[in-house]
This record gives sequence, C-alpha cells and structure tokens, in this order.
Amino acid sequence: MKTLLEILENDSRITAEQLAVMLDKEVGDIKKMIADYEKDGVILGYKTLIDWDKTEREYVSALIELKVTPQRDRGFDKVAEKIYNYPEVQSVYLMSGSYDIAVLIEGKTMREVAYFVAQKLAPLEYIISTATHFVLRKYKDKGVIYGPAETDERGNCL
Amino acid sequence: MLDYNRILSEKVLGTKPSGIRKFFDLLEEMKDVISLTVGQPDFVTPWHIREAGIESLEKGKTYYTSNSGTIELRKEISKYLSRRFSLGYSAENEIIVTVGGSEAIDIALRAVINKGDEIIIPSPCFVCYDPLVSISGGIPVIVNTRMEDKFKLTPELLKSAITPKTKALILSYPNNPTGAIMTKEDLEPIVEILRDTDILVISDEIYAELTYGKNHCSIATFEGMRERTIVVNGFSKAYAMTGWRLGYVAAPVPITEQMLKIHQYCIMCSPTTSQFAAIQAMREGDPDVRMMCDEYDRRRRYLLHHLERIDIDCFEPEGAFYVFPYVGKFGMTSEQFCERLLFEKGVAIVPGGAFGDCGEGFARISYAYSIQHLTVALERIEEFVNELKAQN
Repeated sequence: MKTLLEILENDSRITAEQLAVMLDKEVGDIKKMIADYEKDGVILGYKTLIDWDKTEREYVSALIELKVTPQRDRGFDKVAEKIYNYPEVQSVYLMSGSYDIAVLIEGKTMREVAYFVAQKLAPLEYIISTATHFVLRKYKDKGVIYGPAETDERGNCL
Repeated sequence: MLDYNRILSEKVLGTKPSGIRKFFDLLEEMKDVISLTVGQPDFVTPWHIREAGIESLEKGKTYYTSNSGTIELRKEISKYLSRRFSLGYSAENEIIVTVGGSEAIDIALRAVINKGDEIIIPSPCFVCYDPLVSISGGIPVIVNTRMEDKFKLTPELLKSAITPKTKALILSYPNNPTGAIMTKEDLEPIVEILRDTDILVISDEIYAELTYGKNHCSIATFEGMRERTIVVNGFSKAYAMTGWRLGYVAAPVPITEQMLKIHQYCIMCSPTTSQFAAIQAMREGDPDVRMMCDEYDRRRRYLLHHLERIDIDCFEPEGAFYVFPYVGKFGMTSEQFCERLLFEKGVAIVPGGAFGDCGEGFARISYAYSIQHLTVALERIEEFVNELKAQN
C-alpha cells in the first residue's frame, strides 16, 4: 500500500495503532503489512535525522567520484560491494555521466577521510581514478531542511 | 477630552469584539501551550506557487492590476470553477478577485443589503457574518443548527426564519467551526424553498476543496439558483495561502457590477504578487491540494478515533479541518472547560460559544497540526477528562 509506505517514509515513529486509525484499517492488518514489507526488504530500516552541527561531535563528510573499469559479467557490482562493506561508507550509487560510482563517506576528520581514499579506495582493483569533494555544509537531507528548528508562527486570526 | 463614545460610529461602537479574540489574548500570555486553535493550514504554500510570486516581483510586476484582478487569473478561476464544481462564470464580468474570502463576503453583503433587511445566518459559524451584516445596516437572523442534524441547515429551520424582510441566506459549508457539509441531497429541499422567492444566497465555499469522502456541491449548480447566488471562494485554505490574502467572488453581472464599485473604491485591486502566485496555483496546484487533503483526512480520523476512545462525543465532520466535540457533559460552560484545559494542561482549543450561542457546550479543535502534535495534545486532553471524571 503506497500511502502506508509514504507515511512511514516521512515519519517512522508513527505507530501501527496510529496508522490503523489514519488509514481506516485494523491494527493487526497494518502490523502484518509492515512485517511483510520488512521481510520482503521493502522496508530496510528506521533511522533518525540528526544535525550533528548542532552538537559537540566533530565530523566531516565527503562525496567521492570514482571512475571504474567494469568487470566482465559483473559490471560494477563487485566493486560497489567491496566499497559498501566499509562501515564509514554511508551511500554508494552507480551514476550516469562523467564518472561511474559516487560514494558518500563520513569520518571524524579530513585526515581520516583522506586516509580512507588513499589507502582503501584508490588501491582497489578496477578503480581508475578518484575525485574527493568535501561537504562544507548540509542544507537538506532526506527531504528535511537542516537549520533552526521550526517554530509555529501562524497567527490566531479569528 | 473627547467623548469618543459620542463621536464615533454607533454601529461600530455597538459591534462586539470577536469572542474568540478574548481567548486568543489569554493564550498569547502563556508559554509552552500546545495549541489546537489556528484556523489555517500548517502547510507552507507549495514552492512552485511561491516561486511564481517571487518571479513576478523579479520581473517588476509591482503595479496595480485592473480592479477586478488580472484577466489571466480570472480566466483560470473561471476554468477552475467549471472543472471542480461545474460552475459557469464569465472571466470578463462575473468574477472579482478579492482580498481573501473575507472581503468577498463584505462586498457581497454591502451590495445587497438595504437598511433593515434580514440576513439569515445558520450558526455556529465563522465569526464575521453577524457583525458585517450589522455594519451594513442589515439585521442578522441567526438560526441554530443542531448536532442531531450534523449541524446542517434543515428546510424546517430555514422556513422558520424567512419573513417578508428576508434579503439573503448566508450558506457556509463546509463549515467553520463544525466541519459540517451540505450534500446535494441536503441542499435540494433548501433550493425548493428558495427557488420562487427573491431571496439571495451568499455561499461561502472557502473550504470547498477540503471534503472527505464526498465532493463539494455548490448550491449555484441547482436549476434556478445561479441567478440568486453569490459564490465566495479563495486560495487560503485549499492552497495553504492564507497570508497572501486572496479570494474571489462569482455572481451574475448585475450583482458583480455593484460589488465591483465597492471593491474598486475601498480596495482598488487585490495584491498583484498574490495574483501571479494564484495563477500558478490554479494551473499546477491540483496535486498539492490532493496531498494536503489526504493528510487532513488522516488526522481527522485520528482525532475522531481518540475523542471517541476517551469518551468525548463528537459527530463526524466531513469537511474543513475542524472537529467540534460536545464538552457540555462535564458540568461546565465550554469557556470554563477550555480555560481549565488551558491552565491545567496547557492545551488550547476554542470554546464553541465564540461561534454563536448555539455553539455553547462545544469546542472547536483544529487539525491543521502534525500527528505528533495532535498526539501530545490528545494525551493531555485524556488526562484532563479522566481527572474531571474522577472528581465527579
């Protein structure tokens, strides 16, 4: 059910009980649907969006463009798999255009990221070149704007 | 020292300030209140609509438009009314773009009222009708709709209010504050009563896009009704454009000619930037309206379910974004109930008495809020109700 997934995509804290009321279904049915989605890998996880810039935690993130030689029969999958298994890698995309694979990575410091690229990514077989772009500021992620918390400024106008 | 009470307009001096205002003033003094009071969407105007407004500014479109609004916008409104509600109004001379639905109501009333004319107002209703009728020299004739009738205007109620002096009926469905709607079947007997009279209808359809399960039906679509109906609508509720202050009124030429005179002398024209944004809203805004309407519907179900669960009676509203539960059974006036809820639990809802005497015993809860916000508010309302029950 598309609506159910859309609601959860927007806010995963919504409970099965709430969903049941909102969508006019039985709680048991909603629970079953969610369980099925989880089992089938349609729903893969539930995470929280955190603006780390508002905390003490130091971190740096980077987008790395990779040019890769595709492998016979495997295309880019094998290389992608090698890359996404590193825990510091947040996202891996196969891209159209002037490079092949985009990697989003997060580290504590620029040195740590640089080390990862130089020591782990670049030496991988089939990788032709890398270009690392450090993120200076995150404005919006997963549809959410990173900025001051929203306040309700609506006037009580009659 | 001037005695202003002797100098200023008696009519205006005699107009009571809105009852809802008092409650809002109280609210503003308090911190950390979970409010369920606002009468406007929590969505921001969709970006493509805002962008159209910005683009018009960038291109220097900062002039007055023609009095009745740009012809492009009136053409879009004409197409929209036909597409959505099967209403046929000419862009050239039957539509006036106004400063919100409020101005549309005002110029409609001023165009039709002669001193002493009676205007029938089904209540509970939006707070502006009664004072605007009085200020125009008319006499508001309030008819009290009832929860048993789902707050609809019944033919019996209408008949009981009609006198030789009746000039017009203000029909305001989907309704603020009750969320009631009037379906085609509900309107039929009303139409039967009005058809062979000289009574006009001012149909405030500002919430027309926000109905759940049933499409809005305009009374002007009935045979014989177009000539006597003034349709009021606007962009605020459907497109989340309250701050743009843009509405419109559609009526036969003899009526728009008179309304236009008032509009041109006191308003000149509606805000130009808003008009450009509104063209975009009419052309590309349908998916946004559907998205918002679906979301309101989920919240509506959610609120109704929990009100029922905590044993607060509420009829099922099928329009707007309000529920209007009965809180009279706790042995307090609705004002007392709402004040105690505010002071003891920090939750603000509006006492129903603010919308007319027959709103007493009820309270208006807006669901122009996120589910998470509603959840917190409902938890506190439940605590409050449980404490009241334990005390009794």
